Amino acid sequence: MIYDVAVVGAGVIGSLTARELSRYNIKVALVEKCNDMAMGTSKANSAIVHAGFDAKPGTLKAKLNVEGTALMPSLCETLHVPFKPVGSLVVAFSDEEMDTVKELLDRGNANNVPGLEIYDKAKLKAEEPSISDEAKGALWAPSAGIVCPYELTIAAAENAVINGTEFIRNFEVKAIDFDGEVFTISNGTDTIKAKYIINAAGVYCDEIAALIGDNSIHTTPRKGEYMLCDKSIGSLAKHTIFQCPSKMGKGILVTPTVDGNLLLGPSALDIEDKEDVTTTADTLAEILEIAKKSVPVLTTREVITSFAGLRAHCDKDDFIIEKSEKNAQFINVAGIESPGLSSAPAIALYVKDIVMAEIKAEEKADFNPTREEPVRFRHMSNEERKALIEKNPAYGRIICRCETITEGEIIDAIKAPAGARDVDGVKRRTRAGMGRCQGGFCGSKVVELLAQELGVEINEITKFGGNSKILYERTK
Amino acid sequence: MTKNITCVTCPMGCPITVELNDNNEVISVTGNTCKRGEQYAKDEVTHPQRSLATTVRVEGGIHGVVPCKSAGPLPKEKIFECMEAVNAARVNAPVKLGDVLVADVCGTGVNIVATNHCPAK
Amino acid sequence: MLNYDIVVVGGGPAGMAAALKAKECGVDSILILERAETLGGILEQCIHTGFGLQYFGEELSGPEYADRFIEQVYAEKIEYKTDTMVLEVSQDNKVYAVNKADGLLEIQAKAVILAMGCRERPRGALNIAGTRASGVMSAGTAQKYVNIDGYMPGKKVVILGSGDIGLIMARRMTLEGAKVECVCELMPYSSGLTRNIVQCLDDFNIPLYLSTTVVDIQGKDRVTGVTIAKVDDATRKPIPGTERTIECDTLLLSVGLIPENELTKNVGISLDRVTNGAVVDEYRETDHKGVFACGNVLHVHDLVDFVTQESQIAGEGAAKYVKGECAEKEYITTKGVGAVRYIVPQKVNLNNEGDVKLFFRVGSTFKNATVKVKYNGEELISRKRPRLAPGEMENVVIKNDMLKKFAKDGVIEISVEV
Repeated sequence: MIYDVAVVGAGVIGSLTARELSRYNIKVALVEKCNDMAMGTSKANSAIVHAGFDAKPGTLKAKLNVEGTALMPSLCETLHVPFKPVGSLVVAFSDEEMDTVKELLDRGNANNVPGLEIYDKAKLKAEEPSISDEAKGALWAPSAGIVCPYELTIAAAENAVINGTEFIRNFEVKAIDFDGEVFTISNGTDTIKAKYIINAAGVYCDEIAALIGDNSIHTTPRKGEYMLCDKSIGSLAKHTIFQCPSKMGKGILVTPTVDGNLLLGPSALDIEDKEDVTTTADTLAEILEIAKKSVPVLTTREVITSFAGLRAHCDKDDFIIEKSEKNAQFINVAGIESPGLSSAPAIALYVKDIVMAEIKAEEKADFNPTREEPVRFRHMSNEERKALIEKNPAYGRIICRCETITEGEIIDAIKAPAGARDVDGVKRRTRAGMGRCQGGFCGSKVVELLAQELGVEINEITKFGGNSKILYERTK
Repeated sequence: MTKNITCVTCPMGCPITVELNDNNEVISVTGNTCKRGEQYAKDEVTHPQRSLATTVRVEGGIHGVVPCKSAGPLPKEKIFECMEAVNAARVNAPVKLGDVLVADVCGTGVNIVATNHCPAK
Repeated sequence: MLNYDIVVVGGGPAGMAAALKAKECGVDSILILERAETLGGILEQCIHTGFGLQYFGEELSGPEYADRFIEQVYAEKIEYKTDTMVLEVSQDNKVYAVNKADGLLEIQAKAVILAMGCRERPRGALNIAGTRASGVMSAGTAQKYVNIDGYMPGKKVVILGSGDIGLIMARRMTLEGAKVECVCELMPYSSGLTRNIVQCLDDFNIPLYLSTTVVDIQGKDRVTGVTIAKVDDATRKPIPGTERTIECDTLLLSVGLIPENELTKNVGISLDRVTNGAVVDEYRETDHKGVFACGNVLHVHDLVDFVTQESQIAGEGAAKYVKGECAEKEYITTKGVGAVRYIVPQKVNLNNEGDVKLFFRVGSTFKNATVKVKYNGEELISRKRPRLAPGEMENVVIKNDMLKKFAKDGVIEISVEV
C-alpha cells in the first residue's frame, strides 16, 4: 500500500492537517513516534488562542494567527472541543510599558486584529478585579480565547481517522528513502510508503528534514514551565493576563483554562535536549513571583501540578511552511512556536492547499466534519444524567472523584477511533486523574479499565507508552 | 550490659532501658509505663518477636490476593522465611476471614489466617 | 425521591460507627452511601496490624477492624449502598448520589453525616522538580496495588514522608522483596508513630533521613533516580551542596493527608483553616443545621480507634437532632494557643448535659510538658504529659460541672508549657 500523504507528527498541526486532507479521496497516514497523539508541544503549552497583535505585520505568523483565531470557535464547535472566548489583556506596569501597549495596538491594527482597545487603570480594575494595584492600564483583545490544546489535537486526529486516515502509533521515523516517485519511511524495522511527506514533527522537524538531506532547518527547543492551580481559585483571572512581551516570548501569563483551573507560566529557556520536559524548583518559584506581579494574591497553596513543554523555535523568526528545496514532495511545517496553536486551523488549510495543488483529487461526498460529542457527565443536568445512566449503567459509576468522571466516559475514550492506550491518554481525553488528587484514588481503576478493554494484564498498562509501565510482576 | 529499646506495644513508644547480666538474663527494666511494656522489653532483648501481616495469592477471587496475618507472634529472625512460605501458598476463593491459610508456618506452631473475606469472582 | 432520617456519606470506619450509634440511639431510618465496592473504607487496604488496641483492647488488621463494624451493620440491618458516589448535598439536606443500579438518586435526609475521609497530598502540591516519568505515586496508591491487587509498583524505592503510611509501606515493600533505599522527612522529626519507626524502619535497617527532601526526579519513561538534599530547619528550603542522587525506580509520597471536603464546601459549611475540616460543636454538628461531620473528613486522626469514638459522638448528635432532643445552643469557643495547632470541637454548647472531650494536636515535640486549659484567661486544668508529639492526638476532658459555670461567648484556651 502506498499512501498519497504521510503526515509525520500527530501534534495539533499534523492532526489538523491530516483532517483537512481526509476531506479528499486520497490515502493519508498520520505517523506518530509516541503511543498517542498530542505528546509533545501540543499537550504542554499555554492553551491560548492569541488575538494576533504580537507578530510583525507581513509575516506568515501574523497572517495565519489572525486567520486561525477567526476559524477557532467554529472548528471547536464542530469537533466538540472546549473553547472560551475570554479575551486577553496585556498589562502595563509603567509608563514605558504603556508605550509598548500602544505599539502593540498599532501592530494589531496593522494585522487586522478585531476590536482592540486600550484600558485605563479604572477600566482594567473593573474588568479584572484581582489585577495588581500597580497596573497602569492594558491592551484589551476581545478575539483572544482559551482552548484545550490536546483535546483539539485528539479530536482532529479522531475525526481524520473516521474519515479514512490511518493513525500509526509508536512509529519513530528513522530513515526516509526516495525512489524518484515514492518515499519509503522506516522506523528501523517496518516501513511506510508515501508519495508526499508533511513534516510536522515539532521540535524534531530539523531531524526529519535532514533525513532527506534538507539541512536548512534548525530547531531549538525553548522550554516553558507551567504551574496549574486548583479550580477553587480558577476565577481569579477572568481573561488571559499577559505582561509586556520581551525577546524570549510573551512573558509569564495568568489565565483561566477551559476546565476552570488557573494556569501560570511559561518560563522561556533555550535548551539542547528535545526530550527535556523537566521542571525546576527555581524556575517554578520564579514563575510564581512574576505571576504575582499581575495577580498579587497567588500562593503555592493551590498549585496542584506543574509541567513543562518545548516550543519549536527556529532561527528564522517566522513559521516555515513550504516545499523542501531538496524535494518538492516533502513539505516542511517547521518553527511552529507561539502563536502556533492559534494559527493551527489556518496552517492546516495552508498546507492542504500546497499539497492538493499537486495531487488533484476530488473531495469526498461523505466527509463527516464533526467529531461525536464525548459524554461529559460533569456538565450534565441531573435529568440528563438520569437518562444517560438508564441507557448505559457504566455512566452511573464514578471513577475519578475529583473531576466526576464516569466509567462509561473512560471506556468511550479507550474505544474511540484512535482511542486511549495508556493512563495519560485516558487522562487527556476524559480528565480522569487531572483533579486535586492527581490520580491518587482513580489511577488504579483507570489501569484496571484499560487492561479490561485492551484485553491485557494490568501490569502491561503504561503511563504514556514505551517503558513507562506502572506495575511490575505479581507480588506472589 | 544495658540495652535501650523503644516499646512498640502501644502508640506511646516509651524508651525502655533493660539491664542484663553476663548470662544474658534480665536484671532490671526501667522507663516503661505499663506491665505490658516490661514484658515486651524482656522479650525483645532475649527472644524478639514480630507479628507478620501480608497477603496470600487467591485463585478465582474478586481480588488477586487476600490479606492475612500470623495468628500470634513469630520469632523475628524467621520473618523472611515465613514470608517465603506464605508467598508460595495458593488458596481458592471463596476465603473467609479467620480461615487458616498456612498451618504451622515454618514449624513455628503459628498459623497464618485470613484477615478479610475474598468472595469468588 | 427517597426519604431517610439520616444519610451517612461514607461507609468507612467513621460512617459505620456513626450509623451504628444513631441506630442504638433509636433512629431506624438510616442509609449509608459508600463510593467503593465494599464497606470498610481505606481500612480494607491497611492490612497491617495495630488497629483496635484502644477500642477493642486487641490488635487487629485494618480489614478485621472494619469487619467488626460491617458485621454489626448487617446485624442491625442498616441500609447501605456501595459503589455509590454522592455528587451533592443541597441546602435543604437533600443528597444527590449516583450508582450503576439505581442511576441518579435523590434522597431527602433530616440529618446528614459527612464521613468522606481524606486523600493524600499529590506530588503537584510539593512542586518537586524533574521529569514526569512513571513510578511516582502516593504511598496509599502503592498500598492498594500491593495489598488488594497483588502487584509490585516498584523494586528500588525511595519514600518521601515519614507519616505512618510511608513507614508502613517501607516495611510492606521490603517484605515483598523490594529494596527500600531510604525514607526522607522534610521536618526534623517524624510525624509517624514511634512503634512504626521501630517496627517498619529499624527492623529492616532502612535509613530515615530527617530534615531531608527530594529535590529532583530523573528518568524519561520510568523513574531512574531521585536527588535528595538536606533542608534548612528554619526555612525548610534545600541547602545547596547537600544534594545526593539515589538510584531507584519508584518514589512513594507520603506527604500528608487532606480531608476531602468538596461536598462540605459546596453546602457552604465553614471550614477550619488548620484542620481543613468543618468547624463543629461537641456533637460534631457543623454550622449548617442537621449536617454533622466525623472521622478524617473532620480532622486527620492517627488512630482509627479515635475515629470510631468521634463518629459515635456524631451519630448520637444526629440522632438527637432527628428526634428533636437538642439542647438550646449557647456556644463558647475553643482556641489552641502557641504549640497547640488546633482543637476539635471548635465550639461547645453550654447547655450540653455531659462532659466534653477536647481533642488537640501540637505542632512540635515536647518532653515533660504541662498541658494547661484556661477559661477566659483563668487556669482550669493543668496536666503533666511525659511526651507530646505532632503525630499523636491528645485530649482533655471538660467536666460538665465546669461547663455549667461558663457563659456564652467565653473562650477555652489550651496551651503547652515546658
